[in-house]
Amino acid sequence: MYGSSEKNYLTYPTGVKSWLFTLDHKRIGIMYLVLILLAFAAGGFFALTLRLELFRSGEQFLDQDTYNKFFTLHGAIMVFLFIIPSIPAALGNFCLPLMLGAKDVAFPRLNLASWYVYVLGAAITLYSVAMGAVDTGWTFYSPYSTQSGGEVISMTFGVFVLGFSSIFTGLNFIVTVHKMRAPGMTWYNLPLFVWGTYATAVIQVLATPVLGITLLLLILERAVGIGIFDPAMGGDPVLFQHFFWFYSHPAVYIMILPGMAIVSDLIAVHSHKKIFGYKLIAYSSVAIALLGFLVWGHHMFISGQSEFSSMVFSFITFFIGIPTGIKIFNWVTTLYKGQISLNTPMLYALAFIILFTIGGLTGVFLGALGLDVHLHDTYFVVAHFHYVMMGGTVIAFLGGIHHWWPKIFGRMYSELWGRIAFVFIFVGFNMTFFNQFMLGSQGMPRRYHDYSGFYKTDLFERYHGFSSFGALILGVGFAIITIYLIASLFNGKKASDNPWGGLTFEWATTSPPPTENFSYEPVLKHGPYDFDKVLPEDI
Amino acid sequence: MDNTATEVIDIHGEEHHRGHPALAHHFHSMEQQHESVKLGVWLFLVTEVLLFGGLFCFYAIYRAWNPEMFINANEYLDVKLGAINTLVLIFSSLTVALATRSIQLDKPKQTVGFLIVTIGCAATFLVIKYFEYSHKFHDGLLPGKFFTNLAVEGTNPHIFFSIYFAMTGLHGLHVVGGMVFLGWVTLRTMKGAYSSEYYTPVEMGGLYWHLVDLIWIYLFPLLYLIG
Amino acid sequence: MQGQGTFNLPPAASTIAPAYDSLFYFIYWLSVFFFVVITVATIAFVIKYRRKKGEAFKLTTGFCHNTPLELVWSVIPTLLIFVIFIWGFQMFMRYWVIPGNAMEVRVTAQQWNWNFKYPEGASREILVVPKGRPVKLLMQSVDVLHSLFIPDFRVKMDIVPNRYTSLWFQADQEGEYDLYCTEYCGQKHSRMTTRVSVRSESEYRKWLEENSVTPTGDVLYKRYGCNTCHSLDGGTGNGPTFKNLFGSTEKMSDGTMVEVDDNYLRESILDPKAKIVDGFEPVMPTFKNTLSADELDSLIDFIKTQAE
Ligand code: HEA
Ligand code: HEA
Ligand code: HEC
Ligand code: CUA
Ligand SMILES: [Cu+2]
Repeated sequence: MYGSSEKNYLTYPTGVKSWLFTLDHKRIGIMYLVLILLAFAAGGFFALTLRLELFRSGEQFLDQDTYNKFFTLHGAIMVFLFIIPSIPAALGNFCLPLMLGAKDVAFPRLNLASWYVYVLGAAITLYSVAMGAVDTGWTFYSPYSTQSGGEVISMTFGVFVLGFSSIFTGLNFIVTVHKMRAPGMTWYNLPLFVWGTYATAVIQVLATPVLGITLLLLILERAVGIGIFDPAMGGDPVLFQHFFWFYSHPAVYIMILPGMAIVSDLIAVHSHKKIFGYKLIAYSSVAIALLGFLVWGHHMFISGQSEFSSMVFSFITFFIGIPTGIKIFNWVTTLYKGQISLNTPMLYALAFIILFTIGGLTGVFLGALGLDVHLHDTYFVVAHFHYVMMGGTVIAFLGGIHHWWPKIFGRMYSELWGRIAFVFIFVGFNMTFFNQFMLGSQGMPRRYHDYSGFYKTDLFERYHGFSSFGALILGVGFAIITIYLIASLFNGKKASDNPWGGLTFEWATTSPPPTENFSYEPVLKHGPYDFDKVLPEDI
Repeated sequence: MDNTATEVIDIHGEEHHRGHPALAHHFHSMEQQHESVKLGVWLFLVTEVLLFGGLFCFYAIYRAWNPEMFINANEYLDVKLGAINTLVLIFSSLTVALATRSIQLDKPKQTVGFLIVTIGCAATFLVIKYFEYSHKFHDGLLPGKFFTNLAVEGTNPHIFFSIYFAMTGLHGLHVVGGMVFLGWVTLRTMKGAYSSEYYTPVEMGGLYWHLVDLIWIYLFPLLYLIG
Repeated sequence: MQGQGTFNLPPAASTIAPAYDSLFYFIYWLSVFFFVVITVATIAFVIKYRRKKGEAFKLTTGFCHNTPLELVWSVIPTLLIFVIFIWGFQMFMRYWVIPGNAMEVRVTAQQWNWNFKYPEGASREILVVPKGRPVKLLMQSVDVLHSLFIPDFRVKMDIVPNRYTSLWFQADQEGEYDLYCTEYCGQKHSRMTTRVSVRSESEYRKWLEENSVTPTGDVLYKRYGCNTCHSLDGGTGNGPTFKNLFGSTEKMSDGTMVEVDDNYLRESILDPKAKIVDGFEPVMPTFKNTLSADELDSLIDFIKTQAE
């Protein structure tokens, strides 16, 4: 595939074993990337099936049990197998040490272990799917999850194991950022991608253990009936929700912070402009990470928790909008007087700004106490979280993949097809999910297999039908991306070392980099975004 | 795999202990490596605290809801055995600290001795716990739906024992884990792997063991002494 | 008959709905404003500062800091969130504080049907309320979590096993409305829906009187959702058919044989987990808290008539 004369981390050493036992963060990153994309394809398959079923009212081709399993699997796969590991484990693994000018992460063995733990967790989850899957929704709410007939134990155990993989990665990154920076690289010379990944890692380490213990108790509840969550035995189901969201709300910032991190880098590099308000962007990541721990109750405004807790949670929820808003305004201002190239990665970065703003602002509707009463558990929520997760994180991930693709594989993809696919994704995504806001605020509940026989069935059908149609366009977009990216590995143009004119360390080494990242000891000479002082030729 | 390592040009000329066999290729110095491992282990301990923290929250919540039941149920725990176990663990914390100290002074033989005592304490702890558990099994003081003892007064006393077994069980698993790790460290010390220049695993084993001890020091009064 | 809805929201058919809608549209227009500012600025900058084809990289300005600007976009949103929070909180308190004179309807949710018990003793699967009077729903669940949602009234509340939760509304337009279960509760979650009927005070009274007599078994069979699991024609669903059930002898999952008589039927309905018919899952919910004694009698009579 690659010029065999040249020795880089991809071509040397060779053999399957050299991959399976590699300690090289770049190879581990690629191994993660492959599995994560497969998980995404699986989750996407379930999504498209759901959409086809909802195309019209009445039962189409899935019965209720299958539908319930499919949305659970869609949610669980997308969240636990895809989006949480996605950016940190794949791109973070590849880029973080390179950006720091280090040879590797602090604990390469732990890094490899985290990949194997991920494989193990995925295997257990697959086993659960093969044995009949679960129909509890990705939230595993008790007491239904202690009663339903599905494979709840193996599924939650799979998620429990996946948690360790996430903790290992986070722990490794924190130590790496603290201890492995190149000479001269102060905290304020870190690329913003590193800041974002660092903030993410903090959440991974602090929040995941709590999910771990909660799932463990849920497993015990089902296996031996310990009675902590089961109301029939004096337990409290609302307590389960508290513990679940104590992890799962911070988890949504595990998902979005790396996306924001990518976008900060992409905006600066592709507009060739010093980033506006570097420190504020960096601090706001940390602020979001910390505030994110204090708002979990906004998922439970009408669950029966006290109105006082609801009030406090709602109040803190809004404060997350401030640092997030600062980031968005800073990105937009960065464009001012830049030298903007509208290539594929930049298209995704700009799309992120627009789509994430929609997702975030609709979060404000949900955070407002009184408004959530009507909107809770309707398609409004579904639309909100797809705008932030798909329109935010996935779009940023796509931008990142296109941005670092030449560095990772040493090949360029077809720019033309890249832009065509972008149009499909952007249009398809908005067609799928924008009308779900109206669908939801008109009253359509989520997790509904069928919506026939209501006074509003006709209205719902119009929105649902349009949405399903959009999902197909979205699917075509992803198919195009898959094809041209794979094709680029075989016949793509050779990439130069620095195709976008970036100033961070990863662009100073060869594409693809050598095994030990640099053929020299890198020393920091200028800031990551000094586009006002340094030309890309001079890094 | 080190095809490029030979090309590394040392441009800032700092002292490298490149010679030490325990130095991994991607670190500059033993000191950087030691600091990294230490930070890593501390972070790991944080995750452990949070893991147990979840259980402590459950404890606090259910105790707040059923204060009387907790007090009644706690009477069925054996304070004497619990107290002995507390002493055993505190003592083992001391010995494991002494093990680190001896290796810093380049006395591997002493280190091995202290480590073995520590592991012995851990084993004693588990044996005592075994007697406590089998007594509870016998009396039907079991978690959740296996709970059959009708003498305990209060609403839902099975929840107290669910929490008791979850907490002490998870702690027990950590004790076992600690024994395995310290056992491995003992073997390596016997083989002469550590000296005052490099003793990171001994120190980290000790840190972990202190945490296991500390958690018990919270568990003991919360479970045994609330009456 | 129904008030018109808007593009985003369904008809506003309760007293709380108009207030809800104004808060909704306040945040809505605020969001539109921020969205337009951000999008227009992005597009304008991209067009203006676009790099020409083949143009070499040049040094750009170092404009990367501007305190007044940064203050503007930190302080303005901060002020706004206080407005939104307080407004949202006031709205929420209107939901939370139930008027003392509200008429009380007891709601029992179970997989997968609703039961409403009215003050005068009637008990139905649909919710009928008088126009212009505050109504309090006192809700309980006999199995898992459910949630009661009436979009046109803008009300929703979870129903949690082992405790009561409640909500209130005052409907001010006669008409028929959808009522959904919005907390996922298993297989037939999407079919756990019913109707709300708002009637004039006099028609409500009339309806109550008509419904105070216990209906016949065939009506109850559908009302309590027995038909979702038990057929009358011999086909097997989630549960055994009622055809020829009475008087037959059946094998239980523990191997014992049982003769189906009145007492066995009674037990099967009130405590279904006591004896499980061989080949079936113990999924039938108990109807202990839902059926009145009369209703139970009617149902058992009904099952008896299904045997030749
Ligand atoms: C990537 C994931 C992600 C992200 C980043 C967010 C971000 C936010 N989310 Fe979202 N959310 C989810 C994923 C995410 N969410 C998921 C998965 C669920 C549902 C789970 C389930 O039930 O299955 C959910 C559900 C959810 C709920 C519960 C709804 C319900 O079930 O009833 C709420 C309620 O408060 C909420 C609020 C918010 C808020 C306030 C933000 C904020 O962080 C948004 C901040 C951003 C902005 C505010 C926009 C930019 C700012 C400006 C332009 C400045 C001007 C702003 C103001 C004046 C305020 N989310
Ligand atoms: C990361 C998170 C994520 C992502 C990306 C998506 C993506 C999508 N989601 Fe989903 N979704 C969730 C997380 C996510 N979702 C969650 C958490 C829930 C809640 C579940 C619950 O209620 O329990 C949910 C629920 C949910 C529902 C509501 C179901 C219900 O309540 O009844 C719907 C319905 O429309 C839906 C649709 C979609 C669609 C059409 C996409 C599309 O965007 C998908 C597009 C993707 C593809 C079409 C795949 C294409 C891939 C390829 C072609 C191959 C590429 C492969 C390689 C390169 C190797 N999702
Ligand atoms: C969720 C599905 C479900 C619903 C709703 C349901 N049942 Fe059942 N029922 C079952 C199942 C499954 C069984 C067999 C297992 C068992 O014995 O519990 C059963 C068993 C029975 C039996 C014993 C039948 C036999 O063959 O011995 C009777 C009588 C009965 N149900 C009556 C009712 C009545 C009356 C209602 C409504 C008021 C009702 N059921 C509602 C699922 C249901
Ligand atoms: Cu009941 Cu959903
Ligand atoms: Cu949240």
